Amino acid sequence: MPTAPLPASPRDLHGASPAAGPAPSAAPLATLRGLTVDFDIGERYVRALHGVDLTIARGETLGVVGESGCGKSITWLAALGLLGPGARVGGSAVFDGQELIGMRPRGLDRLRGGRIALIFQDPASALNPVQRIGRQIGESLALHRGLRGRAARDEARRLLDRVGIANAAQRLDEYPHELSGGMNQRVMIAMALAGEPDLLIADEPTTALDATIQAQILDLLRDLQAESGMALALISHDLGVIADMADRVAVMYSGRVIEEAPAGRLFAAPAHPYARGLLAALPDIEGPKRRLETIPGSVPPPHALPPGCAFAARCPHVDGVCETAPPPLRPVPGAPARRAACARLEALVRPPEPAPVLQRQEQRA
Amino acid sequence: MSPDLASSEPLLTARGLARHYGVRLPGGLMGRRATLKAVDGIDFDLARGEILGLVGESGCGKSTTAKLVLGHVAPSAGEVRFDGAPVPVDHGGDWRRLRRRMQMIYQDPLGALDRRLPIAAQIAEPLQIHRPDLSRADRGARAAELMRAVGLRPDQAARYPHELSGGQRQRVVIARALALDPELLVCDEPVSALDVSVQAQVLNLLEDLRARTGFAALFISHDLKVVRQMADRVAVMYLGRIVEEGSPEEVLHRPLHPYTQALVSAAPSPHAGRRRARIVLRGDPPNPVEAPAGCSFHPRCPVAVARCRTERPPLLREGRRAVACHLAQAAGGGFAPAPLPSAAVSGAAA
Repeated sequence: MPTAPLPASPRDLHGASPAAGPAPSAAPLATLRGLTVDFDIGERYVRALHGVDLTIARGETLGVVGESGCGKSITWLAALGLLGPGARVGGSAVFDGQELIGMRPRGLDRLRGGRIALIFQDPASALNPVQRIGRQIGESLALHRGLRGRAARDEARRLLDRVGIANAAQRLDEYPHELSGGMNQRVMIAMALAGEPDLLIADEPTTALDATIQAQILDLLRDLQAESGMALALISHDLGVIADMADRVAVMYSGRVIEEAPAGRLFAAPAHPYARGLLAALPDIEGPKRRLETIPGSVPPPHALPPGCAFAARCPHVDGVCETAPPPLRPVPGAPARRAACARLEALVRPPEPAPVLQRQEQRA
Repeated sequence: MSPDLASSEPLLTARGLARHYGVRLPGGLMGRRATLKAVDGIDFDLARGEILGLVGESGCGKSTTAKLVLGHVAPSAGEVRFDGAPVPVDHGGDWRRLRRRMQMIYQDPLGALDRRLPIAAQIAEPLQIHRPDLSRADRGARAAELMRAVGLRPDQAARYPHELSGGQRQRVVIARALALDPELLVCDEPVSALDVSVQAQVLNLLEDLRARTGFAALFISHDLKVVRQMADRVAVMYLGRIVEEGSPEEVLHRPLHPYTQALVSAAPSPHAGRRRARIVLRGDPPNPVEAPAGCSFHPRCPVAVARCRTERPPLLREGRRAVACHLAQAAGGGFAPAPLPSAAVSGAAA
């Protein structure tokens, strides 16, 4: 197995990389503040998103990870006004200085598919089955770049080339069913690129693909990002994919962000008990085989959340204080770049400096 | 549990097992007839109490293999023997009697359960069919015992599948599969639809139940991490054939076949860190209708040589290790990993 160490990737040198855009001190590309979503279930509303705060810098890859129903997808659908009339969206979502919540449809239409692009898990259902590939890409090019005719076709071919589709000219005249799942996902990415986005939101982009094809698509996304400097919000349930791609990671649970940290730090030493539990529950290819640690119970349904921390009933470190109110997301002691929503952080997180045995004994005494 | 292959006859053997489907290529009535070789001549043994992991990408024939093993479809060639006797495929009396001893667990528990029956009744159903000698009270007691064994609460007995979570539904499916103390479980992607935390619960449950009841299993998954956790032995399939076989540690830590090497390197893991080199294969798996000549992996193989395009490598065995690759042969006999590609190795930064 190839395990040779490789030079640090451009993403590791994020702040210094020219593709990564301005210095970290500049205003973020997108900022979500207190974003809430309530779904109409007939007689009343049920809150599915409880005030999500997230930021993405230009050129950054933000990984959003969590289990089904945690709100990782509706966060972005809500921000882009894609949830439909049954949902009530509150809070704020600012993209490059413009507030998206409550924006007129015309304004949103200019941004969506243009400066903000979306790709989904299942490309076959996102593409129109009765239209040729070329026409579908052309639609995007006409809407967002005003290209038509020959110019649109040439640009569509260039985009298919760019996403690694062989025989691009011929593929333009084919239908989605004539392409494999991996190829269709490449077409989706080509369509997303048509609007020259600053932010690509990729919702489980490789979940429906085979492992070797997933590797191709992740590589492609990385290349495109390095080339164009677009930011990527990568939503996935797969901790491996997130660890592989993200600069920073937000872990969601029951409609809240419960931990946010630079990717390397999160996977090396998660702070929130749920994030710890998730990592311990995952089998691994490397290392000694061990019995998996499980998180007991299951996620509470959104209409029956406890008054306190939504994870309290499954948490091994639960305390009386956890059951009164949901803990806010706050800096992890000793690690200002990290935030976690846990009332018991002080008790859980070890001091940042490696504590020698002696020191620990002193503390105990 | 490490079953001793030498001392007892295997529970399950497949020899030259193949399943071909006649298909018509695109073009409507004018389309050329062709053969889709879903499974194209595979051999494997499964010892009593052993778990054989079957990995590979979609279309490689793992699920067709499961159907062949269970006698759901008839082989086009070769045969499956269970406990020494051929598995019947006529769905007659012999097949039904055999099916008491082999059960299955599929990916989608909601699809496998009857939405209109309370779960306790579904768990007891195999007993009703195969054990008419038991009284209703005995069946109820056995169902309650099974529910306890898979971690379902007694008060959930009257619930319907839609009232349970995905993990709980899969527990119901497992309880039902174990109702008749089967000797063989065929698990086709049993945890793929479950969230990580629930997946760990179900995997641990299967491990515990196996330690207690000693069933053997054919464990099919696209997830190498899950297969490593569960299997005693792993077989890697590509386009209807087994291309590599061995213990999980051997196959996943020292893969011989270039396809396995790529598969292992492509498996993302949060524990491995981001410094792992990745072999990114070009192209898609070829259409099984038009499998390439020679080694069927050669068009995507980063290290293929001229011989690979013309001569199909047989699956060679050496003890518990097997590989089908011209390039995985050591100079002095035995196996050695196929050379790693130099150009195709792309780092995390690529």
